[in-house]
Amino acid sequence: MVDVCIIGAGVAGCSVARELSKYSLRTVVVEKAPDVCEGTSKANSGIVHAGFDAEPGSLKAKLNVAGNAKMEELSKELDFSFRRNGSMVICKDEAGVATLERLLERGNVNGVPGMSIITGDEARKLEPNLSSGVVAALLVPTGGIVCPFELTIALAENANVNGVEFMFDNEVTEVSNEGDHYRVETDKQTIEAKVVINAAGVYADKIHRMVSQEPMNITARRGEYCLYDKQCGQMVDHTIFQLPNAFGKGVLVTPTVHGNLLIGPTADDIPDKEATNTTAEGMNRAREKAAESVEHMPANRLMITSFSGLRAHEDGDDFIIGEPDDAENFIDVAGIESPGLSCAPVIGEFVAEMVLPAFGNPKQKENFIGKRTGIPHVSQLSEEEREALIKENSAYSVIVCRCEMITEGEILDAIHRPLGAKTMDGIKRRTRAGMGRCQAGFCTPRTMELISRELGIPMEHILKSGRRSHVL
Amino acid sequence: MYCRETDVVIIGGGPAGLAAALAVKAAGVESVLILERDTQLGGILNQCIHNGFGLHTFKEELTGPEYAARFIKRVLDEKIEYMLETMVVDLKSDRTVVAMNRKEGLFSIKAGAVVLAMGCRERPRGALGIPGFRPAGIFTAGTAQRFVNVEGIMPGSEVVILGSGDIGLIMARRMTLEGAHVKLVAELMPYSGGLKRNIAQCLNDYNIPLKLSHTVVDIKGKERVEGVTIAEVDERLKPIPGTEEFYPCDTLLLSCGLIPENELSGSAGVALSPVTGGAVVDNTLETSIPGVFACGNVLHVHDLVDYVSEEAENAGRGAAEYVKGQKAGIVPEDDTVMEMKAGKGVRYTVPAKIRPATVKKDVLVRFRVDNNYKDVSIGVFYDGRLERSVKKRTVAPGEMEELRIRKEELDKYPEVKEITIGFVE
Repeated sequence: MVDVCIIGAGVAGCSVARELSKYSLRTVVVEKAPDVCEGTSKANSGIVHAGFDAEPGSLKAKLNVAGNAKMEELSKELDFSFRRNGSMVICKDEAGVATLERLLERGNVNGVPGMSIITGDEARKLEPNLSSGVVAALLVPTGGIVCPFELTIALAENANVNGVEFMFDNEVTEVSNEGDHYRVETDKQTIEAKVVINAAGVYADKIHRMVSQEPMNITARRGEYCLYDKQCGQMVDHTIFQLPNAFGKGVLVTPTVHGNLLIGPTADDIPDKEATNTTAEGMNRAREKAAESVEHMPANRLMITSFSGLRAHEDGDDFIIGEPDDAENFIDVAGIESPGLSCAPVIGEFVAEMVLPAFGNPKQKENFIGKRTGIPHVSQLSEEEREALIKENSAYSVIVCRCEMITEGEILDAIHRPLGAKTMDGIKRRTRAGMGRCQAGFCTPRTMELISRELGIPMEHILKSGRRSHVL
Repeated sequence: MYCRETDVVIIGGGPAGLAAALAVKAAGVESVLILERDTQLGGILNQCIHNGFGLHTFKEELTGPEYAARFIKRVLDEKIEYMLETMVVDLKSDRTVVAMNRKEGLFSIKAGAVVLAMGCRERPRGALGIPGFRPAGIFTAGTAQRFVNVEGIMPGSEVVILGSGDIGLIMARRMTLEGAHVKLVAELMPYSGGLKRNIAQCLNDYNIPLKLSHTVVDIKGKERVEGVTIAEVDERLKPIPGTEEFYPCDTLLLSCGLIPENELSGSAGVALSPVTGGAVVDNTLETSIPGVFACGNVLHVHDLVDYVSEEAENAGRGAAEYVKGQKAGIVPEDDTVMEMKAGKGVRYTVPAKIRPATVKKDVLVRFRVDNNYKDVSIGVFYDGRLERSVKKRTVAPGEMEELRIRKEELDKYPEVKEITIGFVE
């Protein structure tokens, strides 16, 4: 019997895991994929929202503003990439200014600091590539960008270092209420847990219905994105939003924390919760919408990849975090769509407050290690730092991924650190090897050789990510 | 940081870098260093185990590794210095090269001259904007070639190939010989981007269908490729609704164009051509940065390696002359520059500039046409006036063409600003 079983190793599940790892509890995370960050957490805008969008009083509003405020501190504690680049909501006709004012007012109520409405010319002074049609913009200095993989992986690693066990390749097939505890059946094993946390992303409704009669319905709302070469990364500095609509915040144009240009997402409700495919129509729509925000969109040939993510949209349009009335000690962390990533720093605490009473509100353990050192980004280091690192380990001088300048040392680190990478995508998300402009054309064989050599996996058995995703 | 000085630094130890290094040495400059990022010299030739290399250079038919080996042997015989597993991480406009490897760590080289010979990369799926899932089983043709020929592992068994570039055609044959079933080669354009001989020898001989004006419009399979949907495209290259056909397969190979790998050149400030993706060079193959030369596929994508070697020799000679000139303190008196222009039917020319004062004999100009044509006449125009022309029965975008600009013509028209190569109407 474990104390807590968390279903789902996305950013929400990992945030809870990390928070609970501060206490002497036996916590396990079960995840159907072979790694953390394999669902909604891996394919999104990577934005740390300021918190002006959400309806005042909603859980989204409350956690967003708090999460945003805490992101910087957490990024230092856990060593992941975060930049407070500021965001802008633009409008292109005078009628839209009223919407900006409503957003400003809402932001003020939600407690978003420092916002102001500026003229189109002022906006263009800050962002020279902004569309000439922009008449006004809401300037939001607290908006930021983060690497969603790094954030999720950092939370998970730190939880693991502090004793949380992760069970990958375990798909939950049944959860049953056994009175004083829950039985969580996976396709591999059975876990008995006093408390269950349902952080199953787009499938959270399915898990919820296994133990509760209370209604919950999650729709996969697909968003398609196009990612551009780093030579386009300077196009904008702020994250540029358009006026929000019924389906969300619309198509944005943003630099990524690693210096690419990202546009998207579209928003389409789809029946298939596995349909992470892109469509020609969707990509075109994303590009057309983005072209309304900026002058001179980069040429299509400068795109390096496209992807789509599925938002876990709950009918009630808010996060559902809490215990259903009919399932004590079963806590939903559901409907975590945007701004879920922004809330990650505080979702854990929020949930822990609900969990800890079941264990008599224990004190934090003394040997909790709060600090994590990530994989060094060798190409970002100064000459001196790089030389020092190479002196320590010459593998940091051998480039494997030439586009992103990722060294063998970084890949070995990714493999051997806690919750180390076992798959190609695992390496990619931890190091960025293969995320550059050639999209792993050159480094795939070399990276596979390293996985094979270090983990003793024959080349033919190496996976891209899922169980049937053999590279060769 | 360890710092050294070298007369000529050659970035890249593939066919271009090797030939350039030999030419530098032959021109009497002893201090030359090849920096190669891979574990051996030879570059991409090492995985090109098919034959057809060297017909022009050696008058015999060699495989890629054999062709490379001939140059490597000469480099070793000449005792030319090289470093393997050495990545250049920065190139500055003053020709300081910053590199790193296991032995030296991070180090810098002050170079008298630099020859860029980094080659090219393949256009990936993302740049093509192919919709669908992103499963395992999608490879560029060159990556698949490496798996089959170097690692000895097949990347799949039921194969569709998008793009009819030469590597794609070669891999259609190679995968077939290794027991895979290549169902189809689809090509977006109404013509192939590859050599005619490769279409005959790699597709026709193995009954592999080539569908021109077709492209992949969807990829099925969440974990591994399960199939692709192919559709016909119209004149604007847009898929025609209703022409979709599903091909079950486990592997999709992409051979949709090569891109000169010039990120390093760009960071040094080398001016690049938007058409070739390579540096803008003059007839000595010097780029916009004095003392920095370029050759091979990093300059423009070639069809035959023989031409790469020939071009690289020219770049090596240019680099050697530059170093010698600098050492002797020679400042060229005549700095006249004539611009080369691509005229009707021609996409680009290399070189893009001619400095008549540096021309000893002729200037070999290589270019590519922009479509398939029959019975054309290609002319050399001096400031718009036709000087002479040659007739061609057929020309194709997949094959490089060449013409020579004659020294006597340059002498005859010293005031000319612009030389154009293009079809005569």
